[in-house]
Amino acid sequence: MSTAASIVMSATTFAGSAQFAAVSILGAGGSVAAACTAALLLNARYVPIGISVAPVIEGGVLRRLLAAQLVVDESWAMSRRPDGRHDAGLLLGAGTLLYVCWVCGTALGAFGGSALGDPESLGLDAAFPALFLALLVPQVRSQRAAYAAVTGALIAFLLIPVSAPGVPIMAASAACLFGWRRARVPPGRSWRSSERARSC
Amino acid sequence: MAIVGTGTVLLKAVGPVLLGGRSLPPQLAGLVEMLAPALLAALVVTQAVAGDRNLVFDERLLGLLAAAVAIRLRAPLLAVVVIAAAITALARLL
Repeated sequence: MSTAASIVMSATTFAGSAQFAAVSILGAGGSVAAACTAALLLNARYVPIGISVAPVIEGGVLRRLLAAQLVVDESWAMSRRPDGRHDAGLLLGAGTLLYVCWVCGTALGAFGGSALGDPESLGLDAAFPALFLALLVPQVRSQRAAYAAVTGALIAFLLIPVSAPGVPIMAASAACLFGWRRARVPPGRSWRSSERARSC
Repeated sequence: MAIVGTGTVLLKAVGPVLLGGRSLPPQLAGLVEMLAPALLAALVVTQAVAGDRNLVFDERLLGLLAAAVAIRLRAPLLAVVVIAAAITALARLL
């Protein structure tokens, strides 16, 4: 991939995992169509992620459209508050900072990346699961959340060998259905009180 | 790649543009609340063991284990990430 192409990709497709997937498929001699499909499948997770942050992204359609672009896994996870809502300032602030660093970092890497050596020898590929684990732990506060996490992990694990990149993550979002039916009106209690009891 | 760029912009926009500023009905909100643990757990797994359409168990797992210990000891986020990378790099050196 050319220097200019990788910088433009970072600026328009602000989503690291999709970019890594596309580049690795192209690098392995895969077709452009396969690379695009994988990247879009990976980014399909932004539909549920977008729905979860929608309540705090306010303003006109254009403003919401632009603010939505600043949402990435990291800004989404970091801005989540204990009550399940998102901190708008943190979401957009972290998103903006990440965006600037991401595009500048891509430019740096594209021009002088070979000087850095192999990112794997620096262990950088292990930084991502560690980051997501650190963000996951505080989310697991209820038994239902623990079930959702375990089910999501299991779905992803089982699908990795048999599906295209992106499908495992997308499919894992179905784990949020876990305990949904149970979570609805248990007999004799209102939905609201059962929700409060569970969130403790 | 233009398709990927446009597609990503649209995928990211769906939720905020259609729902923007409004809260979800409580039943749906309960569902969306469980999205975070499910998606984050899936991200941990894919980033830790996914290869090119196969499972790869390599030094990343040692880094992840070290990260888990660091999280348990309430290390700050940045320290957790640096420890994971350092342990993985060290394991690859040995």
